[in-house]
Amino acid sequence: MTTPLIGMRDISIGFTGMSGATLPVLRNIGLTVNAGESIGIVGESGSGKSTLALAAMGYLKRGLRLLEGSVAFQGQDMFARTRTELEKIRGGELALIPQNSGQSLTPTLRIGAQLIEALRLHSDVAEAQYPAKAVELLGQVRLPDPQAIMTRFPHELSGGQQQRAAIAMALAGEPTALLLDEPTTGLDVTTQAHILELLRDIARDRGMAMVYVSHDLGAIARVCDRVVVMYAGEVVLEGSARQVLKAPIHPYARGLLASIPKLSDPRLPVALDGRPPSPGGAGNGCSFVDRCALAQDGCRNSRPDLERLPSGEAVRCFHHQDAHKLSLVGSGAIPATLDENAPAALHLQDVVISYHRPGLLDKILSRHGDYAPTVDGIEITIAKGETLGLVGESGSGKSTILKAIAGLLPPSGGKITVANEGALAPMVEQRSPDHLRKIQLIFQNPDDSLNPRQTIAQILEQPLKLYFGLTGDALYQRSADILDRVRLGAHYLDRLPSQLSGGEKQRVAIARAFAAEPDLVLCDEVTSALDVSVQAAVLDLLNDLKATQGTTYVFVSHDLAVVRALSDRVAVLYQGRLCELGPSADVYSTPSHPYTEVLLGAVLEPDPDTAPTLSADDVVELSPPARGCPFQRRCPRKIGPICDTDTPPWQHGAQGHTIKCHHSIQDLEAVQSQDSEKQRA
Amino acid sequence: MTLTAVAPQQNTRLMRTLSVLRDVVSRPSGAIGLFLVVFHVVLALVSPWIVPYDYKAMNSAMMLTGPEATHWLGTDHLGRDVFTRVLLGGREALLVTGIATPIAVAWGGLVGIFFGLIGGRVDEVLMRVVDAFLSLPWILKMLVLIVTFGTGIEVLIPTLAFFYGIPVIRIARAATHDVVARDFISAARARGHSRLTIIRHELLPNVLDTLMVEGAMRWSWMLLAFSSLSFLGFGVSPPTPDWGLMIADARGFMSFAPWGVLGPVIALSSLIIGINLTADALAKALGIDRAQKAPV
Repeated sequence: MTTPLIGMRDISIGFTGMSGATLPVLRNIGLTVNAGESIGIVGESGSGKSTLALAAMGYLKRGLRLLEGSVAFQGQDMFARTRTELEKIRGGELALIPQNSGQSLTPTLRIGAQLIEALRLHSDVAEAQYPAKAVELLGQVRLPDPQAIMTRFPHELSGGQQQRAAIAMALAGEPTALLLDEPTTGLDVTTQAHILELLRDIARDRGMAMVYVSHDLGAIARVCDRVVVMYAGEVVLEGSARQVLKAPIHPYARGLLASIPKLSDPRLPVALDGRPPSPGGAGNGCSFVDRCALAQDGCRNSRPDLERLPSGEAVRCFHHQDAHKLSLVGSGAIPATLDENAPAALHLQDVVISYHRPGLLDKILSRHGDYAPTVDGIEITIAKGETLGLVGESGSGKSTILKAIAGLLPPSGGKITVANEGALAPMVEQRSPDHLRKIQLIFQNPDDSLNPRQTIAQILEQPLKLYFGLTGDALYQRSADILDRVRLGAHYLDRLPSQLSGGEKQRVAIARAFAAEPDLVLCDEVTSALDVSVQAAVLDLLNDLKATQGTTYVFVSHDLAVVRALSDRVAVLYQGRLCELGPSADVYSTPSHPYTEVLLGAVLEPDPDTAPTLSADDVVELSPPARGCPFQRRCPRKIGPICDTDTPPWQHGAQGHTIKCHHSIQDLEAVQSQDSEKQRA
Repeated sequence: MTLTAVAPQQNTRLMRTLSVLRDVVSRPSGAIGLFLVVFHVVLALVSPWIVPYDYKAMNSAMMLTGPEATHWLGTDHLGRDVFTRVLLGGREALLVTGIATPIAVAWGGLVGIFFGLIGGRVDEVLMRVVDAFLSLPWILKMLVLIVTFGTGIEVLIPTLAFFYGIPVIRIARAATHDVVARDFISAARARGHSRLTIIRHELLPNVLDTLMVEGAMRWSWMLLAFSSLSFLGFGVSPPTPDWGLMIADARGFMSFAPWGVLGPVIALSSLIIGINLTADALAKALGIDRAQKAPV
C-alpha cells in the first residue's frame, strides 16, 4: 500500500474558551488525499473547513491547538517538523491559494518580483532563468501579455487576474498538492468559470492533488473527484462527487443541496431552519439533531460514528438509509405570476448617472470631455406588486441605479417618477416624508447596515418614530409585531446586532425596511453575505412579505439563480446599460442577448455532469465604450463595425421581452439553438 | 405584554459599561492606572482634613530642613511643610482640568463629528484652519489670553477647554469618517432623518469610545499644561499650594534640598502616568488600537 500524499488521522483541533474549557473546532477528522486526486471540502461558515485545510499545512490559527491525531504529508508528521522544514514545504510542495489574492499579494512589489521570489525560495530553476520562467508561469495561467503583467503592481490587475497571478506563484514551487481556500468567492461568474477551468486543466496536466475548500457546491462539482461535507467541525458525509451531489445520504447534505437556488428550477429553494451548534455546544448526540427531519430520540443520546459503506461512501448518521426520503429539489413556493394589467409603480425615464465631475478648469473653459456616463439610458417601468430583478457583473451599475432611486445619488439626467404622483426629487433631502416612507432600501451586509451600538428595539424605533410618531407602549407593541413578521420573537428587542447570527441580522434589516410600510423595497444583494441555507430562508421571507403586503421589489443580485427564484421580470445590465428586459422565464431561455448568453453559460450548477459554456473572453472592462453597443469588446456574436459605432436598437419578442442588439430576435434564436444542439452532440 | 422597552435597553448599556470596566481592571496597566487616579482624586477631596500642618504656616527657624519624623518631606525655603503642600497641591489642578476636559471633549467632539458628517469642500477648508491653529505653539496662544484676561479659574477653565478642544476635532472627525462610510448611515439618510438625529443616534454612540479615550489623554496633557502655567507664574497665585508652582519655587535649592522638587514631581507624574495607563487599558478594552493613531 502506498502512503497517501496527505494523511490526517483522527485529528481534533480546539481552543480554550472564556470559561477555561477546551472547545473543539474540529472533531475526529480523518482524511486522505492521494496523488493527483482533487477533494472538495464543503460546509457553511463556521464548519471548520478552512481550519482543516490549513491544518494540512501544519498550520493553526492563533489560539488553536492540536488536541489529538496527526497530520502527515508524504508520510511525515507535519506538526513534528522544524520551522525550516515547514518553510521549505509550504509554498513549495504544498501550496496555498487564499480567498482574496488582492490581499495576499504584496501591494508594493511588482508581480514579476513576487514571482521571482517564489522561484528563488521554492524551485531548482537556475537564477538566470528566473525571468523567463516567471513569464512562462504567467502564460500557463492564461494571463494575456505575460511580459507586461510582470511589471504591473497587484492593484493594477483585476480580481480575476490577481487570482491567476496567485496561482502562478503557487505553481512556481512545482507543488504536488494545492490547497485552495474559497479561491473564486467574490469573483464574477464568468471569471469564476474561467479560473475553475484553468485549475482543472493545470491539475490534470501536472498530476497535482487539490484540496478545494468552498461553500459553493457548483464550483466543487466542477473541479472535484471526491467531496467531504463538514458540519459543526465534523465530517458528516464523504464520497465521490457524483454520490454526494446527486444522491447524498446525509440529511444535512440533502438540506444544503435543496437550499441552493438553481437555474434549472424556477421554484424558491427550501430553507434549512435553525443554526449549527457553536464549538463545544454539540452535546452528546448527533451535532445535526436539532435541524434534522429524520431525528429520533436515539440521535440525542449518542453520537453516530463515521460509517464506511460498501459503496465507498462514509456517512455519520444513524438513519442514512432513510435519507433518500428527503426532497432534494425546491418544494418551495413558485413566485406568484405577474399580473399584466397591474398599474405602474415606478418609472425610470432615460436615467443617466455619472460619477465624473468636471474640474474647475474644465468648467472655466467650458470643456466637455468625451466621458461615457457610468449608467446610461435606463428606461424601465416597474409594475405595482412585481419583483424586478437587476442582474449583471460587478461594475454593471445595478447598485448605482438603486442608490439613484433611493435618492442617495442624484442622476445627472432623466427622471424617476412615482405612479400618479409625478417626479421624485433627485436627492433624499428634498423628498416629501410620504415619498421617503414609500421607498425603503435593504443593504447587502447587515453587519454594515445595522448600527452596532443600537439594540434591535432602537433600530426598529427609528422608522416607527420618524414616519408614524409612535411612542411608549404602541411603539413597543409595533416593534414586537414587526419582529414577529420576520419570524423573530419579541425577546430579540433588547439584543445588540453582535449577539445575532448573520441570517437574523438580515431579518432585522428587512424588518426595519418593512416597519415603514413601504410600497417599494429596494434589495441590494441582500443574500450575498449569507450562507446558502440562510439565504433560502431570507428569500422565502421576502416572498412571503410580498404576498401579504403587496410590496413591489427591485431585487439586485449578481447571482442569476437567486434572481430567477424571486423575480417576475429580469433586466440584464452590462456596463450600466440595459441589454435585455423581460419576464424571467423568457430572459432565462433563448433567444438571449449575447451577454445574457455568456452569463448563463458560465453559471455553475451543483451537478458534476454539467459543464459551463465559456464563450466570451474573461476581461474586466473598467469603463463603457463611448459609443455603440456596450458589449462590443467581448461579444462572441459581434456583427462588425456597426456594433462599435451605432447604439443597438431594441428587438421586441413576445410578452414584452426585449433585447438590445443589432441581431434580430429571429437571428439570435436560430444561432443560439444551433449552438446548444451542437453542444448536446 | 405591557412591558416597556426602556428597561432592557438601559440594562444592555449598563452591562456593556460594567464589562468594559471589568476588562480595564483585569489588565495590569488598567489596575495600576485606575488605582493611581482614584487615589489622587480621593486625596484631593479629603486632604484639607488630613494634612498635618497649615500650608501657610511659615517657620523661619526651620527653613530647607531635610526629611525627618515631624516633616516627612522636609520644609521649603519659607519653612512650610512640604508634605502638607504636596497633599494639597493637586486640588486646584484637578478642579480646573476636571471641569475643562469634559468641556473640551464635548465641543471638540461635536464640531469634529459635524465636520466629518458634512465632508466635502467645507470640511477640507475648515480642517486647514484647524491645522493652522495647531501649528502655533500652544503656550504662546494661551499666554496671550491669560495675560489679557487674568489668571483666575474663570479664565483658565475656558482657555484650557478651548485650546484642548481643537485637537479633539481632528480625532472626532477621523473617527466619524470611518463610521460615515458605513451603510447604516446611508440607511438613516435614505429614511430621511435630519442631520441632528443622525449625529445623535447613529454617529455619537459609535464615536463615543474614541472620544472617551481621547478625553483621558487630553486630561493628562491638560494637567501638564496647567502645571506648566503655574510653573511660569500664570496659574495659581501664591500662597495657594500647587505642584507646578512648588517646583518653580524649590528648583533654586535643588542641589542641597531636592525634596522640595521631588515631592511635587512624584505626585504630578504619578497622576499623569496613572491617567495614561488607564487611557491605554480603556482603549484596549474598547477595542480601539491606539498604536495605529499618532497623537496630535
